[in-house]
Amino acid sequence: MKIIVNGEEREIAPGTTLEQLLLLLGLDRGSVAIEVNGALVSRSRYAERALQPEERLEIVTFVGGG
Amino acid sequence: MQHSTGTPGAADAAQAPRGTLGEDWRDEDLVLGRFRLRSRLLVGTGKYASLEESDQALAASGSDCVTVALRRIDLHAPPPPGGSLLERLRRGGYTILPNTAGCYTAADAVRTSVLAREILGTELVKLEVLGDPRTLLPDPVETLVATKELVAQGFCVLVYASDDPILAKRLEQAGATSVMPAGSPIGSGQGILNPNNLRIILESVQVPVIVDAGLGTASDVAFAMELGAAGVLLNTAIAGARQPVLMARSMRLACEAGRAAYVAGRIPKRLHASASSPLDGVSPSSPSGGSRG
Repeated sequence: MKIIVNGEEREIAPGTTLEQLLLLLGLDRGSVAIEVNGALVSRSRYAERALQPEERLEIVTFVGGG
Repeated sequence: MQHSTGTPGAADAAQAPRGTLGEDWRDEDLVLGRFRLRSRLLVGTGKYASLEESDQALAASGSDCVTVALRRIDLHAPPPPGGSLLERLRRGGYTILPNTAGCYTAADAVRTSVLAREILGTELVKLEVLGDPRTLLPDPVETLVATKELVAQGFCVLVYASDDPILAKRLEQAGATSVMPAGSPIGSGQGILNPNNLRIILESVQVPVIVDAGLGTASDVAFAMELGAAGVLLNTAIAGARQPVLMARSMRLACEAGRAAYVAGRIPKRLHASASSPLDGVSPSSPSGGSRG
């Protein structure tokens, strides 16, 4: 199924959870925050939050700044 | 002293007997809500040529509080050897101060703050709501709205603002933990354009005042601290220097020097000279010896 991550389409298996997606993307769960369809998903819910087709994700982290 | 939390070292020094403070003087911590900082120099992590250079400059600055920005993660970038910026900063034991740079509305700034808190698990945030991308000047109306909202949500809000004393007062009344007036536009290196406004802010508000933005070199930092600022926040002045690590050291020394000068209490400026050497008892020259200087 198709989801949109940071503006890019991605194909993932149906039923993929946020926790599984982070593993697929090679991302450290302690270094990111995730919004799904504009709503923040708490880190404690990554394992139970299964993604649906066409959902839009924003995954953010820290970069250098002043 | 008016700054009950921002300048405790100064309050102590005012009560100390003359001549009792010197090499053994240790400044008090900069207290920002429940966060205590040993260094009064806060530094940004932007614009460095590499993470290694950033590591070295941060260490040389002596700072224990560093700012970061929140952005979309780059899904195509390989993970940096030695760890991400966040991993490095965590290893370094820094207090991490997320900013809301890039936000132009109160709503965006609140959203960014909430995302940052989710990552860090701490409520500290540097609120920055800008008016437009050309000047990067803060939008005072949106900044005040966002301050109120973030305070209501339990954030410890350090507020980047213009050097308007009335706005500083309003931000304090809204619950800001610190007011951070700009010396001059972000990244401009123009120094403190209106020291009189800064003086008025310093005598108007009780919360720590941290001069943020526009400082260009060591004397700007020392000047801010001599005026009584509780701290300064720098990024471009260090990262943009030809030798960033050396400039970081210079800024640390300037911050300490300016702070110590403020606590020590400078002499008033006066129009006319005041001799340092005694005017009495000058030995007159002998008739044959000619005059000497």
